[in-house]
Amino acid sequence: MLTIENLHAQVEGKQILNGIDLDVKAGEVHAIMGPNGSGKSTLSSVIAGHQDYEVTKGNMLFQGEDLAKLSPEERAHKGIFLSFQYPVEIPGVSVTNFIKTSINASRKAKGMEDMTANLMLKKIREKSSLLEIDSRFLSRSLNEGFSGGEKKRNEIFQMAMLEPKLSILDETDSGLDIDALKIVANGVNKLRSNDNAIIVITHYQRLLEYIVPDFVHVIFDGKTVKSGTKDLAIELEEKGYDWIKEMV
Amino acid sequence: MEFKEKLLDSHLAFEERIDLSDAIHQTRLESLKTFEQKGFPSRKDEAWKYTSLNAMVLKDYALFPQTETTIQLKKVKKYFLYEIDTYKVVFIDGVYSPFLSDTTHDGLDVCLMSAALSKAKYRSLIDTYFNKIINKEDSLTALNTAYAQEGAYVYIPKSVVAEKPIEIIHFSTGKEKALWLQPRNLIVVDQNAQVQILERHQSLKEHVVVTNSVTEIYAHQDAFVDYYKIQNDLSTASLIDNTYISQEKKSNVRVHTFSLGGKLTRNNLNFCLNGQHCHSTLKGVTLLEDQQHVDHYTLVDHASPKCESHQDYKGVFSEGSKGVFNGKIHVDQLAQKTNAFQQNNNILLDDKATVNTKPQLEIFADDVKCSHGCTVGQMDEDALFYMRSRGIPKKEAKALMTYAFANNVLESVELPILKKRINKLIAKKLGVNLGFDL
Ligand SMILES: Nc1ncnc2c1ncn2[C@@H]1O[C@H](COP(=O)(O)OP(=O)(O)OP(=O)(O)O)[C@@H](O)[C@H]1O
Ligand SMILES: [Mg+2]
Repeated sequence: MLTIENLHAQVEGKQILNGIDLDVKAGEVHAIMGPNGSGKSTLSSVIAGHQDYEVTKGNMLFQGEDLAKLSPEERAHKGIFLSFQYPVEIPGVSVTNFIKTSINASRKAKGMEDMTANLMLKKIREKSSLLEIDSRFLSRSLNEGFSGGEKKRNEIFQMAMLEPKLSILDETDSGLDIDALKIVANGVNKLRSNDNAIIVITHYQRLLEYIVPDFVHVIFDGKTVKSGTKDLAIELEEKGYDWIKEMV
Repeated sequence: MEFKEKLLDSHLAFEERIDLSDAIHQTRLESLKTFEQKGFPSRKDEAWKYTSLNAMVLKDYALFPQTETTIQLKKVKKYFLYEIDTYKVVFIDGVYSPFLSDTTHDGLDVCLMSAALSKAKYRSLIDTYFNKIINKEDSLTALNTAYAQEGAYVYIPKSVVAEKPIEIIHFSTGKEKALWLQPRNLIVVDQNAQVQILERHQSLKEHVVVTNSVTEIYAHQDAFVDYYKIQNDLSTASLIDNTYISQEKKSNVRVHTFSLGGKLTRNNLNFCLNGQHCHSTLKGVTLLEDQQHVDHYTLVDHASPKCESHQDYKGVFSEGSKGVFNGKIHVDQLAQKTNAFQQNNNILLDDKATVNTKPQLEIFADDVKCSHGCTVGQMDEDALFYMRSRGIPKKEAKALMTYAFANNVLESVELPILKKRINKLIAKKLGVNLGFDL
């Protein structure tokens, strides 16, 4: 589904990614771990098409198509979803209106009619109850004044509404309390299928107990330095990153 | 001949046409003198630093067309709130149009200024209110007064709630190549009375028109006045709006100004709070492109204690457009426990647009809550990326953000149909179809 080869990227002249390799197939869950500042969020921004990040070498293919030429919205229309580490506040636009606009924009891009109001409402009800989101919450301005945990839960609500092919969850677990973590992980698992794939960026093994990865990768200094199975995450939790640094 | 000279010379001819015994003959003459002395404001005047009338007053204008031009209702229907029932006072090229109007004397007065000025039964009201709260030093107001004759006259008696909004609409047809209009409105809202008013100036085809308008609004004790100015004229039309509002105890006056079009617009909006516990709201949405220029010049004079004023102006500018905001809050020494808030936020959509924003606070009381803030910024890039990554195309994302930005100004619009119209206008100006029902 997503193939990344030897990806290099820079921002404002500063080189941040120095050789990322990743091969994600439909039906798989990949975890990405690595110390602070190693380039995990940068990688997710580059995949989603942030204009500030310039790819200087290597390539990214999504379902066989070169991502480089696609705008962020086109990537979204093709099924890429990024759950932000720091979701942005948009005052004046309610959660409901935002998600409606988002869904209909994707439908329009595919030449489809707007989703009917009834169907939209039904879907919003279904997905918000899956994530145990209060309906009053949906009429609030998007992310404005939301707690850290509420923001993350709201990101996964949007993911559930949009049903993407590839979801990148950037530290979705940070800020969530233990119960919320279970609810969100359960929501994510319900969305898993043989047709879609998930990349989970996290610092903690705990999330991976709920969303069990098929592969775990370690990024260090903008490079994928080690890949393995879920046992690698357990090993990292025990030993930290020093032994990896020594290997590099 | 310079246009100023023409204005001075034409006055005799103007007064010949009207009844010299009317209530304001003397006031007109005095005002003409003031205008003669002061002339048009120039950029040397601090208040006109960012807005120049030079090019405007170098031209020649027709001053007072006398014959009524007829226009078909279906051609102008869209400029009315046709979905609901309203009172209407309509002028075409400065001349009253009985055909398009819908006035009343039934329990309240919604009629013509010229009638109020000439009929004896209005005499005492005119003597009490006409030209009483204007700034005597203001040359453009003086010019308007010198030629004051036509406009809307509204009187809402004690405890009457006007059950229909009043629309005051000025059309210009382009029959005159260049036209100078000077409407004069007087609105008196007596104790505990309520009214909603919409004012609009609209050219029906591209031609030079300048409107120098003066409106006086008196809100008596416990009165409620909800006033909307819709400025969405063609790019050949300019407007100088001088509005003076006087508030008595516990009155509530709200003025929303939607500046979405026109060539040059200057809004001089003056509030004077003369009684305790007044509420004043001044809100504006300005959305400009091309070479459009809008200058909001507000003054809130807290002359009494325990009043509250809120100013909230939002601007979005693109291309060569120019915005100016000068917001003055004056708190008198006596006006303890004043709450005065002012906010002016602007977004520049590209680097050709400019904004000048300046708060002016003059506070002479010590127990006062006063705040002001102005921002000029580009579109929030992080928010833009966030929305695009959710599939919303760049243009729509910008529109959605602009819409959201202006949204809290629209929230207080109490005419749902108007709110919807303005929302649609904003969406249309931004060239997008928002994916949800406004
Ligand atoms: N726009 C930017 N301008 C300058 N430096 C940047 C920018 N974006 C990221 N960086 C730098 O790139 C490096 C990688 O940042 P990134 O956010 O990708 O790390 P991360 O692995 O996600 O870290 P964390 O675990 O703390 O979230 C950091 O040193 C960061 O300061
Ligand atoms: Mg990160």
